[in-house]
Amino acid sequence: MSSKTIFDKIWDDHVVSTVPEGPDVLYIDRHFIHEVTSPQAFGGLKRRGIKVFRPDKTVATADHNVPTTSQHLPIQEELSRVQVEKLAENCSEHNIALYGLNHPYNGIVHVIGPELGITQPGMTIVCGDSHTSTHGAFGCIAFGIGTSEVEMVLAGQCIMQSRPKTMRINIDGIPGQGVTSKDIILYIISQISTGGATGYFVEYSGKAVRSLSMEARMTICNMSIEMGARGGLIAPDEVTYEYLRGREFAPAGKEFDRHVERWKKLGSDSDARFDRELFFEAADIEPMITWGTNPGMGIPVTAPIPGKDETGNTSEASFRKSLDYMGFNPGEPMAGKKVDYVFVGSCTNGRIEDLRSFAQFVKGRKKAEGVTAWIVPGSRQVEKQAAGEGIKDILEEAGFELRQPGCSACLAMNEDKIPEGKYAVSTSNRNFEGRQGPGARTMLASPLTAAAAAITGVVTDPREFL
Amino acid sequence: MPIEKFTTLVSTCVPLPAENVDTDQIIPARFLKATSREGFGENLFRDWRYDHAGRPRKDFVLNDERYGGEIMVAGKNFGSGSSREHAAWAIKDYGFRVVVSSFFADIFRNNALNNGLLPVQVTGDFLSLLFNRIERDPRVTVRVDLEKQAVSLEGEGVSENFEISAYKKKCLLNGYDDIDYLLSMKERITEWEQKREL
Ligand code: SF4
Repeated sequence: MSSKTIFDKIWDDHVVSTVPEGPDVLYIDRHFIHEVTSPQAFGGLKRRGIKVFRPDKTVATADHNVPTTSQHLPIQEELSRVQVEKLAENCSEHNIALYGLNHPYNGIVHVIGPELGITQPGMTIVCGDSHTSTHGAFGCIAFGIGTSEVEMVLAGQCIMQSRPKTMRINIDGIPGQGVTSKDIILYIISQISTGGATGYFVEYSGKAVRSLSMEARMTICNMSIEMGARGGLIAPDEVTYEYLRGREFAPAGKEFDRHVERWKKLGSDSDARFDRELFFEAADIEPMITWGTNPGMGIPVTAPIPGKDETGNTSEASFRKSLDYMGFNPGEPMAGKKVDYVFVGSCTNGRIEDLRSFAQFVKGRKKAEGVTAWIVPGSRQVEKQAAGEGIKDILEEAGFELRQPGCSACLAMNEDKIPEGKYAVSTSNRNFEGRQGPGARTMLASPLTAAAAAITGVVTDPREFL
Repeated sequence: MPIEKFTTLVSTCVPLPAENVDTDQIIPARFLKATSREGFGENLFRDWRYDHAGRPRKDFVLNDERYGGEIMVAGKNFGSGSSREHAAWAIKDYGFRVVVSSFFADIFRNNALNNGLLPVQVTGDFLSLLFNRIERDPRVTVRVDLEKQAVSLEGEGVSENFEISAYKKKCLLNGYDDIDYLLSMKERITEWEQKREL
């Protein structure tokens, strides 16, 4: 038998058939849906006059455009409310489990899947959202799809997909103090660019990855899409099994052990071949921040903004356009730049560990005057846990307020918009023009770097305080 | 449910040389609140096209009367970022049938193909040539022939072949839709599920 990567093992295990000279028909174990990318898919089913094929394999949540305050009240903004209501209607018509607003399991789709134990090793998972790659942290094939494909999965529980190439990214060594998994992934994207992994499915491996918690691994897999990858995954290990044990929808008792035995065989064979392999050293990585308008434009927080020649293959025009939008110039240090807003949240860094690390940092300190901070838990459960652990109190004492769960300022579909021209240090995943509101200027960073900015009011190396 | 067929298109082009155009630019998130597929063309490139007061920005190509047509020629790494299919819908709804670039993001490519919008990937050199010619004369026409998988600059004899999967090509030429195909396989999928249970 030829040796296989973890990706090959899972993929091969799910191929129902192969279209001659065409894509594979891949069976999908779990399908997540939300209010924004599903209505047209249900509309399509209606036009075809068909029902959802396997409703028990789809789970729904409302997250993208929900408000993050007063969630007990009806949604003010009409179009958002209509979308959320439409989702509820569609779910009840097709018998799909919905964790809507105010449900104890509600939250950002990529936060709730793992925390409820719905996401498990060896699975195929899709969602009409590019950050579905987050679930890959559990050793599964998880990727984002478009609405036509959402319709396809609802219609036949399969997706027609050509097999991507495989890439392995090894990160050796142990990250230094103050260097988080967010910094690792921002560093990798800055090295290989936003198109660097297009056409590939990435496996992350190496000592640095093994040293990370599940939550930190999710942050890495989450941003795989930001380098163009179809998805990213990490082979499961003891950390994975321990995380899953006892979770609501994870297998229980003997069944759990039986699953673990199976999951242990998933890892890439030692002589498995990848189409491309890259190597990085954790010791080279510092706390990162972005200076431009795509996630590949990241540098160490201590470094000056690069000149055109140091930014690789970006054209002069695109480089200038980015800097003009941000109001920055080449050669200026990032540290010390004024910060108006701090956003902690999103499926990248809105989990309990992220709130913990932010809270630990600001504990006993005070929010800088002039900074508006939005701390948004990724889910109801995270919110509850934050209150239970005293994180909420620590935040309040330091001048911060914990909001209610949702995607919030990550994509600014609700009211949480950064005003035009203002600067935000954000723990989310995209710094595209207007992503956080028309004219908003986003600097992506880790929760620690966000915390340092929140208490100083300027871009700051968090290590100065550790 | 058939999709719009694509065979050959001859058209003038709209040039958009910016690189890494992400789907947040193509259609900003705040316009994703519709529950149908129609009408997104109105907000295509909204924040590049209009200022905050809703006035057209003169320097953006869609507001430049010299340019028009059903082919958009775009800088490399087009369609990165969010998986929103609304990006493909908006481009199609506006009236484009082809996007030419030297590199496309994966999900965008799939989304486009699923909506009868043809992504044509050319070499960087060919792309520069196109930009150059279109800029010199906005009336130049480009021919896209799906059967031959060829894109050419009319009247200049320069052409290039492009890749497309044999299956997707057949779908577009005939207007077939993936979901119809999948629906025809339901029994097979059920059998596969049962075998897997064992
Ligand atoms: S938090 Fe942001 S990236 Fe994540 S699912 Fe929501 S909008 Fe998408």
